Amino acid sequence: MSHPPAPRTVEELTITSNDEVVTVRQKVRATAIELGFSLVDQTKVVTAASELARNTLVHAGGGQANITIVQNGARRGIRLVFSDNGPGIPDRQLALTDGWSSGGGLGLGLSGSRRLMDEFVLESEPGRGTVVTVTKWTR
Amino acid sequence: MAVQENISRRHVEALLRDNEDGILGRWVQISNEPLRGRAVENDTRKELQEIYHAFLRSMEDPDGASELRGLLSDLSRSRARQGFTPSETAMAVFGLKEAVYEFVETDGGEEALRGFIWLSRTIDGLGLYTFESFTAAREKIITDQTEQLLELSTPVVKLWEGIVAVPLVGTLDSARTQVVMEKLLQTLVDTGSEYAVIDITGVPAVDTQVAQHLLKTVMAARLMGANCVISGIRPQIAHTIVTLGIEFGDIVTKATLADALSYALRQSGVQVAGMRPGRAAVRAEEA
Repeated sequence: MSHPPAPRTVEELTITSNDEVVTVRQKVRATAIELGFSLVDQTKVVTAASELARNTLVHAGGGQANITIVQNGARRGIRLVFSDNGPGIPDRQLALTDGWSSGGGLGLGLSGSRRLMDEFVLESEPGRGTVVTVTKWTR
Repeated sequence: MAVQENISRRHVEALLRDNEDGILGRWVQISNEPLRGRAVENDTRKELQEIYHAFLRSMEDPDGASELRGLLSDLSRSRARQGFTPSETAMAVFGLKEAVYEFVETDGGEEALRGFIWLSRTIDGLGLYTFESFTAAREKIITDQTEQLLELSTPVVKLWEGIVAVPLVGTLDSARTQVVMEKLLQTLVDTGSEYAVIDITGVPAVDTQVAQHLLKTVMAARLMGANCVISGIRPQIAHTIVTLGIEFGDIVTKATLADALSYALRQSGVQVAGMRPGRAAVRAEEA
């Protein structure tokens, strides 16, 4: 195992409606089960996926979800990439603050997802859209 | 040119009138062919005969067109409900072209052929109209079913005198929440209940949106003077809620519906006594 196997893309989905948020959730759950995540971790990954998928829908009017299986040594993980061409996030620090919301929600989606997952990368530029990449490793 | 078109048109009209039995018979045959016995021939014959007559009338009188359209949308609707595909339905209309063409060929005249082009264009329009009505009918069925499902999936059940429960199953979106809230609040009034248990055992994931909907439902019930308990919080859900950072504040939550019921009973002063196997006596505490 000198070369880590290339990440395997499981699913590429578009998000344009609430029904598709549900589809993303179902695919993520199926992948998490396939990787052997515990029930608690499955639920955490699914919930984070739900939050981030809905964010692309609510704030950008839709976007893309990408589910990949990644490997790091003996550990396997699930990586989710949510991208959109929406208005972007002007203040990332503020967006990641608990309880701050621009969409009338609880304001915990983005910050909560960061806590639910092991790795969290938020890339955004005003007017250029947003890409959120999250990863969870099996224990 | 217009005069010539008129002549050709009349020619085809006469052809349709003179050969009614022949054309109609062939039409019924053609449109029943792909259905492989799913439609009864006599029914089809009656339907198509009515359409045929309406078609003839619409050629004389422009007002007859609305009657024809009415019949065509009836046909589409009934076929949509019987589970026919849109092509099968539209083919029933297009079949008239083929049936007429066979007779035009026998006639062989130039007028008949020119008239057939006009007829063909008219039938194309009617075929597309059936297609549209078909889609509209299907969409109506889907909307109706969605509504029925919403109603079905959100029952409010009475657990005890003064205690009602809403078992939630599936995805909790804004539309569902609206229905749940309305039903719950109405049931609280109707039954004069003081306790409402919202059971989320069947909700696969509780994210911030679901939590927000739950909180709103609880707040609304509280405004009406009811006490709310949220039950069915499984370990993985509890884990996720804490990590997400959602706070349920002073809302009472229980792991199972049974816990919630026993809590509500205790709070409303009902004692459950005698836990001997196979027997459970319940008495209400006086004063």
